Parts: sequence; C-alpha cells; structure tokens
Amino acid sequence: MAEARGKAQADTLRKTKTDSMAKRITSRGKIEFIPASKLRAGDVVTCEASDIIPGDGEVIEGIATVDESVITGESAPVIRESGGDRSAVTGGTKVLSDQIKVRITSNPGETFLDRMITLVEGAERQKTPNEIALNILIAGMTLIFLLAVVTLQPFAVFSVNSAGAGTVPSVAVFVSLLVCLIPTTIGGLLSAIGIAGMDRVMQHNVLAMSGKAVEASGDVDTLLLDKTGTITLGNRQAVEFIPAEGVSESEVADAAQLSSLADETPEGRSIVVLAKQKYRLRGRHVSEHEARFIPFTALTRMSGVDLDGRQLRKGAGDAILKFVQEQGGEVPASFTTIINNIARTGGTPLAVADGPRLLGVVHLKDIVKGGIKERMAQLRAMGIRSVMITGDNPLTAAAIANEAGVDDFLAQATPKDKMDFIKKEQGQGRLVAMTGDGTNDAPALAQADVGVAMNTGTMAAKEAGNMVDLDSNPTKLIEIVAIGKQLLITRGSLTTFSIMNDVSKYFAIIPAMFAATYPALEKLNIMRLRTPQSAVLAAVIFNALIIIALVPLALRGVRYRPQSAAGMLRRNLWIYGVGGFIAPFPFIWLIDRLLALFHLA
Amino acid sequence: MTANGVLYILVFFLVLLALTKPLGLYMANLFEGKRTFLHPLLRPLERLVYRLTGVREDSEQRWTQYAASVIAFSLVGFLFVYIIQRLQGFLLLNPMGFSTGHAPGNATAMTPDLAFNTAVSFMTNTNWQSYGGETTLSYFVQMAALTVQNFVSAAAGIAVAIALIRGFARKQANSIGNFWVDLTRATVYVLLPLAFVFALFLCARGVPQTLKAYQKVTTIEGAAQTIAVGPVASQESIKMLGTNGGGFFNTNSAHPFENPTPLTNFTEILAILIISSGLTYTFGRMVGDTRQGWAVFAAMAFLFFAGVFICYPSEQAGNPQLARLGVATAATRTQPGGNMEGKEVRFGIASSALWATATTDASNGSVNSMHDSYTPLGGLIPMFNLQTDEVIFGGVGSGLYGILLYAIVGVFIAGLMVGRTPEYLGKKIEQKEVKMAMVAIIATAFVILVFTAMSMVARFAKNGYWNPPGPAIANLNNSGPHGLSEILYAYSSGAENNGSAFAGINVNTPWYNLTLGLAMLIGRFGFILPALAIAGSLAAKKKVPTTNGTLPTHGALFVGLLVGVIVVIGALTFFPALSLGPLVEHLVMREGRLFSSLLSVAPGFSPACAPMHRGAAWMLGIWS
Repeated sequence: MAEARGKAQADTLRKTKTDSMAKRITSRGKIEFIPASKLRAGDVVTCEASDIIPGDGEVIEGIATVDESVITGESAPVIRESGGDRSAVTGGTKVLSDQIKVRITSNPGETFLDRMITLVEGAERQKTPNEIALNILIAGMTLIFLLAVVTLQPFAVFSVNSAGAGTVPSVAVFVSLLVCLIPTTIGGLLSAIGIAGMDRVMQHNVLAMSGKAVEASGDVDTLLLDKTGTITLGNRQAVEFIPAEGVSESEVADAAQLSSLADETPEGRSIVVLAKQKYRLRGRHVSEHEARFIPFTALTRMSGVDLDGRQLRKGAGDAILKFVQEQGGEVPASFTTIINNIARTGGTPLAVADGPRLLGVVHLKDIVKGGIKERMAQLRAMGIRSVMITGDNPLTAAAIANEAGVDDFLAQATPKDKMDFIKKEQGQGRLVAMTGDGTNDAPALAQADVGVAMNTGTMAAKEAGNMVDLDSNPTKLIEIVAIGKQLLITRGSLTTFSIMNDVSKYFAIIPAMFAATYPALEKLNIMRLRTPQSAVLAAVIFNALIIIALVPLALRGVRYRPQSAAGMLRRNLWIYGVGGFIAPFPFIWLIDRLLALFHLA
Repeated sequence: MTANGVLYILVFFLVLLALTKPLGLYMANLFEGKRTFLHPLLRPLERLVYRLTGVREDSEQRWTQYAASVIAFSLVGFLFVYIIQRLQGFLLLNPMGFSTGHAPGNATAMTPDLAFNTAVSFMTNTNWQSYGGETTLSYFVQMAALTVQNFVSAAAGIAVAIALIRGFARKQANSIGNFWVDLTRATVYVLLPLAFVFALFLCARGVPQTLKAYQKVTTIEGAAQTIAVGPVASQESIKMLGTNGGGFFNTNSAHPFENPTPLTNFTEILAILIISSGLTYTFGRMVGDTRQGWAVFAAMAFLFFAGVFICYPSEQAGNPQLARLGVATAATRTQPGGNMEGKEVRFGIASSALWATATTDASNGSVNSMHDSYTPLGGLIPMFNLQTDEVIFGGVGSGLYGILLYAIVGVFIAGLMVGRTPEYLGKKIEQKEVKMAMVAIIATAFVILVFTAMSMVARFAKNGYWNPPGPAIANLNNSGPHGLSEILYAYSSGAENNGSAFAGINVNTPWYNLTLGLAMLIGRFGFILPALAIAGSLAAKKKVPTTNGTLPTHGALFVGLLVGVIVVIGALTFFPALSLGPLVEHLVMREGRLFSSLLSVAPGFSPACAPMHRGAAWMLGIWS
C-alpha cells in the first residue's frame, strides 16, 4: 500500500520532469532554447514568469516568486533571490513573477527531482542495519524451527514403533507445523514496516535520503536546535515598559510608540502594538504633525522621531546614555540596574529618551514558542538531550534556554563551534541530529548523524543533510525522531509477538499429531480442540489470518508515546510478549469451533 | 517436600550468595591485573610459567589471535590426552595393568574411539565418560591427562568469559586481552588454590589419595572383594570446582570414596556453582556497574530455584503407581519416602535433586544419584537445563559467556521495542553480535537434535565398525518415551559439555563415542568462537552513554526478559522432542503405564554392557 502511494507520487513527479525547454545563456550572452535534459552543471539559464525552472541551481541574479508546490505540496509561493540563504531553486518548480538567472548545479539524472523519484519508488531502498540484524535473528529462528520439525519425524518413528500405536504423521502435517512456526512471514512484514516508515516521514513532508537516516533518528541522543525560528518566534517583541524615576509608565509607552511609528522592523511594530494594548495608545497619524524620522544606523545605534520640537529617541542603552548626556541631561542611577536586570533575564533593553530626559526602558524579549517546554520535556522523557544553538551571549542564551526547558545551549555559536560540539558529542558515543539551512551549516549537517536541511536553505545544505524538510519547519525533527523510534518498536513488537505465538501453537499441534500414539498427550490439548485434523487446520488458518491482521499494524506502526525506555518496554512486553502468547488460544479455539460448525474438519 | 529438604536448599543458596561477592571481587582484581592477597605466594609461580613458555605478559591479542590460541591450546591438550591413553599400558603408575596383558578380567579396552571420545571430553570440559574410571584408566592417565585437563579446560572457559567481559568494558579497543596470561592466571590464582584447599578438606573427610594398587579384602561374609582406590581427592576437588564432573570412579559422587559424608556432599554441590556464581560479580565489577552482574545472577538464581523446586517435589512425590500398590511413599522420621530408586540413602531426596539441578545448571555433570531413575518431571529438569545451554550459573566461564549471548539476543529484540538500536552495557547490538549469538544457539541445538534423530532411526550392518548390528536404539535399556529421553539426554549432555549421563544406554561403541565426541567439539567451539567474535566486535565499539531512553539492564524487568528469552528459545527448540520424551512419560505414568527396562526392542542385547559409565549408583564402584 505504501509502495503504491510512492508509485503514484513518483508518477506525478515524473510528469513535471518531462521535457521542459530551457533558455540557456550562451557564453556570448545570447539566449538559446535547449531541452532541459541537455543541461549540464555550470550552465546558466534564465527563467521568467510562468517558466518551469529546468534544473536544480542557484539564483545568481534577480529575485522571483516561485511555486514549489510540486515538491512541497504547499501552494503558497516562496521567494527566491540571489545571494544569501534563499538562493536555491529546484528543477520542476515554476516561476510565478519576475525574472531570475540560475546557474545549474546538477547534471541530468542527478537532480533533486530525480533523486526524489527514485526514493519514492523505493528503487534505492536498502535494508537498514537493524533490519538486517533482525532478519538474521528471524533466519536463525527459522533454522531452529526447521531443525525441530525435521528431527521430529525420526522421533515420531521411534515413538510410534515403541508405543506400538498410532501412525507417523504424514509429511503434510510436518509441513503444516513448519509453516505455522517459521517467522518468514514476519520477515516480509519487516520491509513493509520500513517502507511505511519512510512513507510516514514523507507524509510529514520530509524527504529522507535513506531508510537508514529515518532509523538513525530513532537512536538520536542529542538534538541541536537553532534558537531562532525553532525555539523562539523569529523576532523579539516588546513585553514591558519600565519607566525611569519620576516618569509614568504611559509616558514611556507614548514616547516609545511615537519613536517607533516609522520603524518597520518587527521589534518596532511590537512596541506600537504593546503600547496600544496596554495603554490604549492608538497609532497617530504623524503626518498631522511636523515629524522627521531618524532612521537606525549602525553608527548611532538608535532611531527615533523629531516631533513638534521633541527629540524622541530609542536605542541601545549606551547609545541613548550618550545621547542624553550630549543633550545635557541627567542619567538616574537606577538606569544601569534596569538595563542589567533585563539583560540578565535574556531580554534586550531598549532605552527611550525625550531630548535630555531619560524616560525609561522598553523590554524586548525573545518569545519562546508555545508548547516548546512540553516538547522538550517529552524529549527528555525519551532520553534525548536538547541543545539550543544561538548567536546570543551566554547570559541571554541561558535565560532563554531556561525558559524553553532545553537541557543545554551553545552560545555565540560559530559554524566551527557547532562542528566541534557535534564532534565532541559523537566522541562520547552520542548520535546527534540537527537542522540547518545556511551554507555555513553544511559541514555540521554532514557531520551530524541525522541532518535535516530546510527546503528554503541552500543547495549545499540540502546536499549535506540526509533529510530535507519541504516545509522548512525545524521543530519537525522531533516528529522524525518519533517516527524513527516507532519504526524500530513496530519491528521489535511484531517479531516478539510472532515468536510468542509459536509457543502457543505447539500446544495446538503437538498433542494433535501424536494423539493416536500417546492418547495421554491430550492433556496438553488445553484448548480442547476436537480432532487432530481440525487442530492442525485451525492452527494453519490462524497463522494465515494473523499475518493479514498484522499488516495494518505494520503499516500504521505501533502506538508510540514518549516515555522512558523501561516504561515502554514493560508496556510492549505485556502487549506483544504476553499478549502474543495468549492471543492464539482463543482464536485457534474459535476457528476449531467454526470448522466444526461448517463440517469442514 | 520436607521442611528439612527445603531448608537444605535455601541454606545452600544463601551460602552460595555469600561467597559470590568475595570470590567475584578477587577474580575481578586478578583479571584487571591488580595485586591480590595471593600474589606474594603465587606470583613467582606465574612468572615461572611465563619464563618457561615465553609468554609476554603485557602483550595483547585481537579476538582472532585469542581464538587461535584457544584452539591451538585445546588441540595440543586433546592430542596429549589421546596419546597418553593409548599408551597407558607402556607408561608408569599403572598398578592394575590396564591396557596390558595382566589387566583385570573386567577391564575396558582403550579403543581408539573411546580414547578419542575421552580426550575430546576432557579437553572440552565435558567429562563425558563412556568408561568406568576404575576399570579403564591408569593412575597416570587420571592424573597427568585428565586432572590436568580438568584444570586447564576450566581455565580456558574462564579466560573466554573474561575476554567477553573485556569486550563490554573496553572502548574502541582492538584487543581483548591475552589468552595465555588469562589461562595462566585462572589456573594459578583461582583454580589451583581453591582445588588445593578443597582436596585437603576432602582427604580429611575420608577421600583416598594414594598411588597404591586396589585393595583386596575379605568381606564379613567371607567373600573376596577388590576395592578401587587411587589419587582421588586431587581429582575430585578440581572435578567439582572446574565444572568438569568426570569422576575417578564409575559411579562418580555417589561413590563413598568420592563423596563420603553429608558435609562433603554439601561442599561438593557448592563447589559446582561457586566460581560461576562469582564470575557474575566479576562481570559487574569489570564493566563498572555491579548491578549488571547481580541482574545476571538474579536471572540465574530464578531459573535455579524454578528447576530445583520442580525436580525436588517430583522426586519427593515419587511414582503414583507405587502408592497405588500400597507402598508408603510419604516421608516419615525413619524413611525418606518419594522416589528413592537410584538415590543414595546417605544423601536422600533433597540433596540428590539439588545436585541433579546444580550439576546440569552448570556444565559439571557429576552426579550423586542416577538421573535415569528420576521421575519423568524430575528428569526433565536436568535435561532442560542442558538444553538451555547451561546458562544457569553454568560452567566456569562458559555459563557466563553463554548467558551473555542470550542477553544479547534478548536485548536485541527488547531493545527494538523501546525504539532504539539495541544496546547492552553501552554497546550497540548489531548484525555481527546477533549473528554470532544465533550461531552459538543454533550450533548446539543442531547437534543435539540431529544426532538424537539419527540415533533414533540408524540401523547398523552385521560386522560393521560403528555399532553392534541392528538399530542404534538397541543400545537402550528402555523403550518408549524413556528410551527417547536417554538418547536425547546423552547428546544434550555432550553438546552442552556437561558430561552427566541419564544412562540406561550403552554408549561405548564407535557410533556413540564418535558422534558424542563431535557433539562435544561443536558444542564447545560453537559457543567459544562466536563469544570471542562478539568480544572483538564489542571491544571495538564506542560506549553509548546511558540516557532515559536506554533500556535499563539491571532491574527486575531485564531479569524477567532474560529468563523469558532463555526459556522461550529452549522451549521452541525442544518442546516437540521433550513432549515425546519426559512430558508424555509423565502423563502416561499418571495414567498408570510405565516404561521400565523393555529389552524387547533389542533381542540378544546384553544388559551387562549397559551401565558402562557413571551414574550407576547401584554399582557403587565395588567389584568382586
């Protein structure tokens, strides 16, 4: 079923691939039309509105909106522009507006789309290490059952001869016994479980480059999460106005709002909003007044407005301090305390002044996403350590880490720091997962055991990771980990279930086989199956039905809830171990009765 | 069960428990290269061994080199024992003149197949005996060949276990220790001092230690009788401690010269399990978490109690047929009641059942009663103990590496159920470990089932080499399920390197000698080589730090899992065979049918040649 879905997906993808024409820019700057399949890495093409981008590449000139729904399923167009981290485009996607020049980065047959097709078709699906190990175990059990059944024949011959009663069961009975016992059918389910796992990852809009990567994500010990966008909302927001001595709170809010009216940064907007919410200060039409906006510059590190003779400024603490002192104002002693307090809690203080008067401070804060703390707690329960990566200073980082409930943080992190951190963790035997988008993340993504690249990221990042998140949602790593775990749990549970089944099947078949030779064995027939024939038949039918019954479970996966390993094991051992032993009894009994009802045996 | 009997078993366990930590700690220190309190005394001897053999004490071996050393050492040991046996007629210390013209009339000939079987048997720590010691072997063979192997085959087992422990303990290492050093240390510091002290104790309790010839005496009735003696104490002590089990006399520890008093009886059972039990603590200590060792101990203890408390009540309940005939089978102050057939009156039912359980829990194989005479369920326990690969304390070393292989299989299946690549003690359990553990488990199952099945149906031609003409089952004393048990037990005992016999079957024919010899070889190396391969593979791995997501392997959950895996794999493999053996025999017995000594399957079969091996309590090693 999962495979069929993959096929259908591949067909859709292949349709988009069928020869679009590319506008290649020749070395002399002319445009020539060639089939997309003829493009080589290094070629430069131009695409304008309604063109299909002919191959994977980097935007080298221009900016455009692109419809990437064919690979992401997301209908909202995305922006692709030259330079920076949003320069990667994928072949098969469609330009909606504007014009871009793209340098092709892949040869025909090796494009992202090609790889995706092969992936979803499962042509490249290799058995994962755990799957191979499990297959070995199953092969071993099969061998054991083969031994037990094949040697049972001579034992039967001996027993029949020496008891002088009954006959040696026919070959058909021995074959039925073997068929009931051997777990090869579970072996068949194992690959279905693997495919279903990949499929489930894909349903989350994550493209795994291999099943191994999905499986490895179940083993992850350390999760590296970027602060911005993953743990916190992208931007800081104003949460509080703190007035200086002798100033009212609303006065600070008023001045801050006025100074931010022209400030289009998210921080500036959040100040306007907060002032409105808290003090019902409406945004005023500054055009009514004579207003001159002072934009933020790296030199002054403040912005503001000159309004009706007032000089309203907001900016970094020391910049405003300097400004106030230049204006001949006094700085209250409590000011530094306020600034430091905010910094210590992980916030960013923004001082507000009206000319020489220092009014107060706006507290800008990183807003931790809702529910993050619970998710981190889940991770901890699963035994996964979460580490926040941020460019902030250690003080701020510690405060946010504390609020988000992550276990550790890496502050003022450079790409090299990230790399070193991953290597250190791996050196201690841990498996590391991380998400990343920028080119500078590529080495770390490659180094990490599970690297999830954001689809919006650069080609380099996508190449380096072993999964691509088409939605570019970094928190999805947590779901991927859960899927990886579920995959392994499902395999282990079904194997346990099937092996435990065999123990109970013996009770159905063995007494039946030797009922005539040793009538006393009837005591082992605890299901009270009616005749030897019906007992064997019921066991065989049960065996066939249980496999069918397990297929949906194999595809859906065993229910997974984040909890400690011991708790999970206890639960699964009860359900699939003990349950696997008990389950056959009522069912085989029922089948036996049904056979009697229909006079089949 | 009697209160005394239960108390006996509980006291036994408590003493075993009390000795586990001190001995385990001593061995951990020893194999970690630390000084022990015996170093001042024994270090010169150890150094002398290295000087003589040219072993470099500080050199390390990869697992392949380690395995090659084990094989080379075993091969040399085998050849040595084989040659000495074959040449015993020409060698010294042969007062009874075995293999010479003036051997006693009832002596057993040392044929090539018997010599092969015995050499393999002692080299593999099996000590299966297709012969009666006092009627077959010279003192020189007993001392120089068999007792030496009793020491070194046990030491080799300990060495392999230590190597596997190192596999778990080491990180990214390519070596697992040095076999020659481990072998020497196990012999010099563990086996030698324990055996020395124990031998002196046995001497003090009346076990003979002499090189004089057998004594001819006149009995009270005036009959002439030959009483076999010899250097018994020295062999007896290591036979118990090294889980060898090969008795000096045919009747093994039922013989008053091997096991004269209740106290020697108690200490000899203790000696069977003491080193293996101690090794669980050594394991925990060396991997840096003693709880891990105790978890393994707990799983073993659980299975031990389960076994002994099925075996003992079955024996105490006795045969319902006798009760139906009006025979008093209840225990009273003056008689033990229950099933006393094949048991020493001196020892009674509880200590016999305890011995039978312990000797098959371990790969000891010594007996103080006749397993063939046990009730079906009472006899099922020793047999199932063998078939679960003797991991309940087990042979010295072999028990530990055996149960660790089961732990690997258990952790692998269960580990998947917690959603991670399975780990045991911080080591990932992957393809190679699973493959090797399965190879070991299948290898023994294979030889047991296949050789038993072949013996069930094999027929031999007239004047053939292999066996007297007719079916191989003609060598049996019993027909029906009990006969099946006798052959199944024999191959289980051989393949698992136990050496105890259910008996009731004449195994001193080329067919049984050679197939049992082969079973012992496959059973021994089919476990050692995979264990060493795993040791090498694990040692090379990183150690994964423990997190909340790691399957804990020191709690009740793990103990239950380990017990479950051992029982389930054993049951899946042997349930069909057992259901045609002891299980059906039990059910049939309750319906009033018995399978005693039906010789009709083998016309012309002479029962006189049947009990040619230990276990025949009623022979008591005294001949006239």
